[in-house]
Amino acid sequence: MDLSKRRFMQSAAAAAAYGAVPRGAAQTPVREAAERAAAGQHVQSVTLNVNGRPYVLALEPRVTLLDALREYVGLTGTKKGCDRGQCGACTVLANGRRINACLSLALAHEGDDIVTVEGLARAGKLHAVQAAFVEHDGFQCGYCTPGQICSAVALLAEAAAGAPSAVTPDVRKLEPVRLTDDEIRERMSGNICRCGAYPNIVAAVKKAEGAA
Amino acid sequence: MNSFSYVRVSDVESALREGGAAGSRFLGAGTNLLDLMKGGVEQPRRLIDVTRLPLAAIEELPDGGLRIGAMAANSDAANHQLVRARYPLLSQALLAGASPQLRNMATVGGNLLQRTRCYYFYDTAFGACNKRNPGSGCAALEGYNRIHAILGASPSCIAVHPSDMAVALAALDATVRVHGPQGERAIPMREFHRLPGDTPQRDTNLEHGELITAVDLPASQFTKAHYLKLRDRASYAFALVSVAAALDMQGNRVRGARIALGGVAHKPWRATQAEALLIGSSLSTDLLRKAAAAAVEGAKPYRDNAFKVELAQRAIVRALQTAGGMA
Repeated sequence: MDLSKRRFMQSAAAAAAYGAVPRGAAQTPVREAAERAAAGQHVQSVTLNVNGRPYVLALEPRVTLLDALREYVGLTGTKKGCDRGQCGACTVLANGRRINACLSLALAHEGDDIVTVEGLARAGKLHAVQAAFVEHDGFQCGYCTPGQICSAVALLAEAAAGAPSAVTPDVRKLEPVRLTDDEIRERMSGNICRCGAYPNIVAAVKKAEGAA
Repeated sequence: MNSFSYVRVSDVESALREGGAAGSRFLGAGTNLLDLMKGGVEQPRRLIDVTRLPLAAIEELPDGGLRIGAMAANSDAANHQLVRARYPLLSQALLAGASPQLRNMATVGGNLLQRTRCYYFYDTAFGACNKRNPGSGCAALEGYNRIHAILGASPSCIAVHPSDMAVALAALDATVRVHGPQGERAIPMREFHRLPGDTPQRDTNLEHGELITAVDLPASQFTKAHYLKLRDRASYAFALVSVAAALDMQGNRVRGARIALGGVAHKPWRATQAEALLIGSSLSTDLLRKAAAAAVEGAKPYRDNAFKVELAQRAIVRALQTAGGMA
């Protein structure tokens, strides 16, 4: 039931309407939304373009982007670690930029393009960052990994665009970023790994930069 | 999180109309407000999402200054070509704060309004916090106060302001532009945040319903600058002490100096006496030490944070040395 529903949601086409109930609840989504509205729980509609597919969701305002992705869209690759913006496990790309999905309201992302770890591979081929994490064993338990990988994908784009970091020697100089180990560590500092796989994560990001 | 209603606005006029209602709060990216709501510290009944207001531009002012729209993301401000070239201090301070993900979200206006990370404020399990619950006392006074203020505190509150950006803005004499029910006004940075006094529940001099629209920077000669942030880990942590130092040099003489401290007070702390000591002199370590001592004159440490008095002085010396090319 659970798996088939998830598959259904992943293959759903444009403008499919989902209700304000977490996945797996028994009632039909639309009726549930109406019942909640009648019970005084305010539900609003939002369209999120997740991994290239539009999802129309009816959500209470307090649902975060993280919970919307996991519990309503059914994509559980994005992880809930601290849920307070301190660990980075929930990192996704919103309109191409990495953000913490836990500290963002789903309703605030009306029309936004969201990419989660599930949206990185192309035609069965891993993204260069995913492949580098596998090659360099950039994880142990794996819980922080989807966030680490999404973060690293954005890091490479930011560096390629010349964005400085706190360890960039001189922010006044508009020059290409050289991704030293220090630069990678600083730019990945929003992603905590409690297993301590950091050396291999740094190696993976370095490898991915060369491969990109 | 408790229930609330959500309204998105697309122009300033609607924002002011919606934001003026009782129980309404403006919502920027929410990186601090949502966190506080999850913890039960803040419980707004209605959020007015202002992130889609057309206030994200960063543009030159006719007088050579720069206007940074309130909705500009911290990362966009830090990475903007004109900010990097003319206000490297601001770029550095922004990059020293939070994480790349949070900087991509957090707005410049929201950064100014973030609240203290004092544990006793943040954790509702503690009963005494005058900032959260006026009149209840200050648990930090007799508690674990390693991260707390050494300057400008009061018996009501010894919390510190957490922003790095605001420290650089204080050093650069920025002005906060505000729209409210009574019209527009411009608030100099030094008057924007408040010392706790006996009303620590008020962090700033903004009135209810007032919306920050931009931060203006005056034309600056302060390209010799350094933001030094000292913290318990190398990245992604709040400052124990930070220093925004900037110098305008004529040959080897100091024509202008700016020193502001973070992590030591309820607001970004401008060390104007220390600045005055530097003017007209040539830089020497001796002089910098004197200036640093002047900056912490009158400091009042608590049980666990006496180290900050020494740390702040050493940080001031090092930040000025780095800014002035002595390091």
